[in-house]
Amino acid sequence: MANLFAHIRFMLGALALAFIIAMATPAAAQQPSSVNPTASAVKEQQLLQELNRIQGRISIPDARAGVLEQPAGRDWRNFHQVTLRWIGGIAILGMLLVLVLFYLMRGMVKIENGRSGRKVVRFNQHERIVHWMTATCFIILAISGINITFGKPLLMPLIGEPAFAEWSQWAKYAHNYLSFPFTIGVFAIFLMWVGANIPNEIDSEWLKRGGGIVGKDHPPAERFNAGQKLIYWIVVLGGTASAITGYLLMFPFYATDIAGMQLAQIIHGVVAVLFVAAMLGHIYIGTIGMEGAFEAMGEGTVDVNWAKQHHSIWLQEEAQKGASPAAKGRMAPAE
Amino acid sequence: MARMKFLCDADRCIECNACVTACKNEHEVPWGINRRRVVTINDGKPGERSISMACMHCTDAPCQSVCPVNCFYTTADAVVLHSKDLCIGCGYCFYACPFGAPQYPKVGNFGSRGKMDKCTFCAGGPEADNTKEEYEKYGANRLAQGKLPLCAEMCSTKSLLAGDGDIIAQIYKERVTKRGYGSGAWGWQTAYRESIAT
Repeated sequence: MANLFAHIRFMLGALALAFIIAMATPAAAQQPSSVNPTASAVKEQQLLQELNRIQGRISIPDARAGVLEQPAGRDWRNFHQVTLRWIGGIAILGMLLVLVLFYLMRGMVKIENGRSGRKVVRFNQHERIVHWMTATCFIILAISGINITFGKPLLMPLIGEPAFAEWSQWAKYAHNYLSFPFTIGVFAIFLMWVGANIPNEIDSEWLKRGGGIVGKDHPPAERFNAGQKLIYWIVVLGGTASAITGYLLMFPFYATDIAGMQLAQIIHGVVAVLFVAAMLGHIYIGTIGMEGAFEAMGEGTVDVNWAKQHHSIWLQEEAQKGASPAAKGRMAPAE
Repeated sequence: MARMKFLCDADRCIECNACVTACKNEHEVPWGINRRRVVTINDGKPGERSISMACMHCTDAPCQSVCPVNCFYTTADAVVLHSKDLCIGCGYCFYACPFGAPQYPKVGNFGSRGKMDKCTFCAGGPEADNTKEEYEKYGANRLAQGKLPLCAEMCSTKSLLAGDGDIIAQIYKERVTKRGYGSGAWGWQTAYRESIAT
């Protein structure tokens, strides 16, 4: 009996095996002879064409490393190596050339009736501290910034790579740290002088008559003429734009990804070189371009004849406020 | 001299991250820095692929071009290396790099950028080969010992290839011919302006 059972079990097993093979064979026969597992695979070229960047999941904790490829870096490189150098070179050298030619043609704008010897307070101590803090920061920021863009072709061949790298390292520290007092200064300038810098009809008249430096004529002006208002808004808006973009670069990945940082650097660079060019003009008029202008920010007072010539309406207002134009020395402006 | 290249055969990469770990261990890379990483595209979907990526040692390297202090140099083997003595940690190479290779230890101003660190193709830096100074700054110099980069040497599926560009391209071509498919040499068009015809 045991033998019979064993025989039946063997037969059943053999049948089952035959059945499985019979079922399996047609299924295997339906498989194509060669499998292409890449038929639905992601394609590099296609991904790049869609987004110009390839991004995926990454298992290391640094999620921002999930950007696999960003060929946009090449466009940024071209901007930094070619476009920015052209814009900066034309803006800065062009402005210097214009100023030199202007100086040769016009010379220093004199106080027409000579100095009266009487002074009127133009900028109080607080205003001058804010101005010079911002100005000092700006000059160091400008030199260290221009060094990053133009230092390699211009300065490095002269002083050698190690010295240039050492200087650039300190310039970077200065650029990063001085951005804070500069930003505070720009904000203080905004609050301090915004009231006197709103454009009005007097400015359009002033501009039509070519201002006090281009034209021979001296159109009336309030505390700030149209040219000064332009400088004011360049400082406020240019300073704000360079501060925001600068902090995006200084604190990478806090607010933006790599594409945002490339854009921030482009804005930072273009705004900065135009800012430098504008400030060269400002420095020119404030120093060798106009007699009696520097002392406004230097000592805080200007000659009454200078004020009459360049800011006639302001001088009248000051006189009306009770601060006699004849008042000598350090009387605070009536504010 | 050989023109050294990396090639990741995405059809073989299993995202085991052994290359990442091997690199960190071999060079004692500081915490928070990954010279090599594995990125998975279309994770969990049909056709997903993982690619191991590090510095590709580009032809006409963008990092080298934009560096304001010229700290990069290309060796005779076409490996792109840099000097940490010259680097000022400005971040420009990171903006320009198509592969996100440059990394910065958080030791600079405001904890943002110290001196840049990146894959050296296991070829060290400007210091004398296999000195203590070189090791501390850049990690091991396997190339000077006649060895290839460790990430590729120990890749479990031999997905990651490193070595003479012509030889690894030939290996990849033979693979593609034999198995009948291949999703291409990722990054080659961007890094070397060429792709492998298969």
